[in-house]
Amino acid sequence: MKSTEPAAPSADMSVANDSVLATVDLVVRYGAVVALHGVSIHVAKGEMVALIGPNGAGKSTLLNTLSGINRPASGRILCNGKLAHVPEGRQVFPDLTVEDNLCLGAYRGGSRDTAPMYDLFPQLQRLRNRRAGGLSGGEQQMVAICRALMANPDVIAVDELSQGLAPLVVSDIARHLVELNKQNGTAVLLVEQNAQLALNITSRAYVIENGCIGLEGRSSDLLRNPAVRAAYLGGIR
Amino acid sequence: MTAFVEYLLTGVARGLVFALLAMGFVLIYRVTRVVNFAQGAFAIFGGFITYSLLKAGVPHGVSEVLAIVAAALIGLIFGIIAIGGDVPLLASLVITIGLSILSEAIAMLVWGTIPITYSGLAGHDFVIFGAFIQRQYLIVVIVSLVVFVALLYGFGRTYFGKALSACASNPYAARLSGINVKRMGLIAFTLGGALGGLGGVLVTPLSPITYSGDVSLAITGFAAAIVGGLTSPGLAVVGGLVFGIAEQFVAGYWSPSNETAVALALLIVLLLWQAKRVPVGGLE
Repeated sequence: MKSTEPAAPSADMSVANDSVLATVDLVVRYGAVVALHGVSIHVAKGEMVALIGPNGAGKSTLLNTLSGINRPASGRILCNGKLAHVPEGRQVFPDLTVEDNLCLGAYRGGSRDTAPMYDLFPQLQRLRNRRAGGLSGGEQQMVAICRALMANPDVIAVDELSQGLAPLVVSDIARHLVELNKQNGTAVLLVEQNAQLALNITSRAYVIENGCIGLEGRSSDLLRNPAVRAAYLGGIR
Repeated sequence: MTAFVEYLLTGVARGLVFALLAMGFVLIYRVTRVVNFAQGAFAIFGGFITYSLLKAGVPHGVSEVLAIVAAALIGLIFGIIAIGGDVPLLASLVITIGLSILSEAIAMLVWGTIPITYSGLAGHDFVIFGAFIQRQYLIVVIVSLVVFVALLYGFGRTYFGKALSACASNPYAARLSGINVKRMGLIAFTLGGALGGLGGVLVTPLSPITYSGDVSLAITGFAAAIVGGLTSPGLAVVGGLVFGIAEQFVAGYWSPSNETAVALALLIVLLLWQAKRVPVGGLE
């Protein structure tokens, strides 16, 4: 696949001064299996970037590597600010209350005041003393996002926002993410199988396939790209 | 009536010792998901070390505290061995069984095979409803209750306690939140060691311990912990009390030689009850 953007930045160029997060030729292996073959991406300050691709392409591996859960075999990760990760499947602390879930997001330091989170997602206010494990999927996703935001990040990586959620819930949460990005300037790296959603709310996107970045460009361009349409927007939906 | 009160009060005190061991199980399990079979070893080391220190002329109070600190250190060392490497959960569990056997061997080499004991803090026995109760029982009750309140508060209310719980609740998410899950596990082992050591320090003046005494303490402590599904400190205390009181009544009204059998029978009933209550696949 070729890039849709004529002036597609090369790996080194991509680590521009304004990026909060970048990877250069990142290689990750699980034993003998190579999960990522030299992936280079970057997210600029305040930018919303999508990472789309099929199941098993390496999306979650990339995020887990950015968060330090996986160790790269080679390549570099440049993080110019704080990264918070909303993991796939939400991964709330099921036995703890919503309030405690949020508080623990600030474990690395910073304010443990959860009030701003309840302003962002007022639905959580009345659930604050409930066990997070007993909440609906959408509510858990809100908890997971707020927990990540409690770290006061410069960039928030959201893994499979839409997984297992009703479309209305997804669009509601996505709207909040866009609002947050506009108001606080928090950069967003949105990893999604739902390409339509991801490309609609981001400005730039990468397509990852078999551990390689196959395509990158403006989200609006990718939405019109015939290859992307055929693979991710046509038959599936 | 006099006998009843005596059995009840001594049962409560022994039950609280079981509860201390149970709390160690719960603490370590909650944070690491490892059932620490070496929990009883902390208790016998606590008792033996206090005994040796007292014999060497170290005063009461200091000896006990030093023994608890030593048990905590042993807990930390056991933790490093059991979960320090990148080993699967089941391997950690088997390692703790090995450590338990190793502890017995070390205890036998150092302190021999003859049961040892030492007198508790000096003081007169007191009389409740006509029953003579050793002062040591009162000390056991007060010390354990203080420890339980501190632990329940520490686990449930403090930020550090919540972070400890988070490790057990979802280790992956805990790591993403910046919690060092491995270090938390080692802290849990250290605290578990201190709790076991305290149990041993408190119980030795009441009933002499031997190098192999860890097994019966660990089994009863484990049974008490099972009452709370290995995760609830409050229910573990209730479990400890049930076992302690049941043991004293069996020993008093029936025969002391039956107390372990009764504890084991109760454990089996509890395990069956737990298996019915908790769906296969986890305690979540």
